Amino acid sequence: MSAPTSEAIVAITAEAAAPGLAAGLLRRLRSDPLGLLGLCLVLLVVFCALTAPWIEPYNPFKIRVPERFHAPSLVHIFGTDDLGRDVFSRVIAGSQIALGVSVSSIATALFLGLILGLCAGYGPRWLDNLLLLIFDSLYSFPTVMLGLTVVTLFGPSLETLMSVVITIQTPGYARLIRTATLATKNSEYILAIRALGSSSGRVLMIHILPNIIGPILIIASMDIPSVITLEAGLTYLGMGIPPPAASWGRILQEGFDSIRDAPWIVIAGGIPLIFTTLGFTFLGESLRDLLDPKLRRVV
Amino acid sequence: MAAAAEPVPATTANVLEVRDLSVQFRTPRGPVLALRKVSVDVPRGSIVGLVGESGSGKSTLALAVMRLMPANATISEGSLRFAGRDLLSLPASEMQRLRGDRISMVFQDPMTSLNPVRTIGMQMVDIQYRDRQMSQPDKRRKAAEMLRRVGIPDCERQLDRHPHQFSGGMRQRIAIAMGILEKPELLIADEPTTALDVTLEAQIVQLLRDLRGELNGSILFISHNLGIIAELCDYVVVLYAGEVVEQGPIEDIFHRPGHPYTRALLECDPARIEEVCRELPTISGDVPNLLRVPSGCVFAPRCSHAIDRCRNEHPADHQAGPGHFARCHLLQGASDG
Repeated sequence: MSAPTSEAIVAITAEAAAPGLAAGLLRRLRSDPLGLLGLCLVLLVVFCALTAPWIEPYNPFKIRVPERFHAPSLVHIFGTDDLGRDVFSRVIAGSQIALGVSVSSIATALFLGLILGLCAGYGPRWLDNLLLLIFDSLYSFPTVMLGLTVVTLFGPSLETLMSVVITIQTPGYARLIRTATLATKNSEYILAIRALGSSSGRVLMIHILPNIIGPILIIASMDIPSVITLEAGLTYLGMGIPPPAASWGRILQEGFDSIRDAPWIVIAGGIPLIFTTLGFTFLGESLRDLLDPKLRRVV
Repeated sequence: MAAAAEPVPATTANVLEVRDLSVQFRTPRGPVLALRKVSVDVPRGSIVGLVGESGSGKSTLALAVMRLMPANATISEGSLRFAGRDLLSLPASEMQRLRGDRISMVFQDPMTSLNPVRTIGMQMVDIQYRDRQMSQPDKRRKAAEMLRRVGIPDCERQLDRHPHQFSGGMRQRIAIAMGILEKPELLIADEPTTALDVTLEAQIVQLLRDLRGELNGSILFISHNLGIIAELCDYVVVLYAGEVVEQGPIEDIFHRPGHPYTRALLECDPARIEEVCRELPTISGDVPNLLRVPSGCVFAPRCSHAIDRCRNEHPADHQAGPGHFARCHLLQGASDG
């Protein structure tokens, strides 16, 4: 996510976005094969994550040493790893972690960003300046450096990983929401609503918020793949979710040790990661184009 | 307005009394005096027209009365009394309770003055938040009834539609319905017809005239169109570059304008040009830069009758008829002699 473009999207489309969004989305996707592909990939991952316990052919954690390094076959579609665990089952289980970590941490970051951004955009000037200073200092911190520092200090765990993601994402959302709030609060209908006696709280919650939330939700959904990649990357470096969790990053890391003897493990761990990232990116770009035809890629 | 020239203020008779109101805007190039010692009365049950060019301070006055001025504007002096209460000393929460309930406002552009993501019904129920006794269905019924009164057909169904599903004229009717929903004592209409075409303009003016009889409230009607003011209003206040240059009963001002600016405005109204001419008459020159207000009469640089005194000395209000005042040196002889 690049901040200036996103801020522009929010500012331009804040008004036009909300009504008819869902209908326009479907219409748009029908004429956009890439967006449709993205939607299918996303739905596939979501389906896997939701139904994982039922569609996994084997227990993803069950160690069967005699069956180690079996090449892909009809019995084990993606083969088995160094401990004889079924890689396909682990990939399916990994979708739960990938989506769980990314969606819940993005949702938390969005919620925090929403509160802080609305305060900065609608509150007094000094509060705006103070919050902006905090957002900018957090925002300018290199992601991986922050991740590594926090993991080194607190030890690798699911919670550490999520708090890193939340810390990184919140200032970005808060800035977007602040910009959109500023643009909306100076519009004539907000003045008209105030002239009809609405209190600041009502203006903020029932008039400004619904006007800005649509585009921001879409931008947040476009951040999901980068969080999945970050999770996999940190796990691969040994800084993410500790074993025996079946995260895609962990499958990659464990597979890397035996890449010469059993390359299918690395491939099986990498492909879902690529597909998920591409799926969310295609879908997100399609949604972004729907929101703002002016930003449609010309290349 | 000079105190001596004022008509005796009867507090109960006026729903709104603006006295010596001065508003200042902080700008990067220095303070702009958007309003200077403006005094306007709105008698109960009457329609007062506020006329002036762009930038004369009409909307600033309206927003000052609502206490909704932009952050860089301050009221530097004067008082605002609404139904006998001093608006400027009210705490913000009290002022907020008055807005929409006892003083209300309709804005210029109906295409931008309604929240696009909420239905008309939701917005109209929102306005009634003060009333805790009334049930939600009753509030909806009240909203629908008000839509019917402003001439919107099939009003029950319209409550569930969004603003973008209505035309401009319909939207302005809805905005008016919202403004008068709580039967305010004062409705400020800030150029409510400027963004509409002539047919719709006539309809909205007719609507306001009808509503006035039913609601028994007062209207402060802001416009740059003298024709509409003449049709609708009882009194006129002519604002020029942040000053009231003339005010009085409508008939008097239209038949015997006291100030050269008012006279020029009347001559410029295309509807009143009697002889066939190839060019529209205009007032030459421009509104003075309010960063540096001229020391004499504000209109002197553009006035064809200006004498030396006009450029050096700020004129006082002179009586031009009963309740009719104009701020012009040329009237001095007439009123004194």
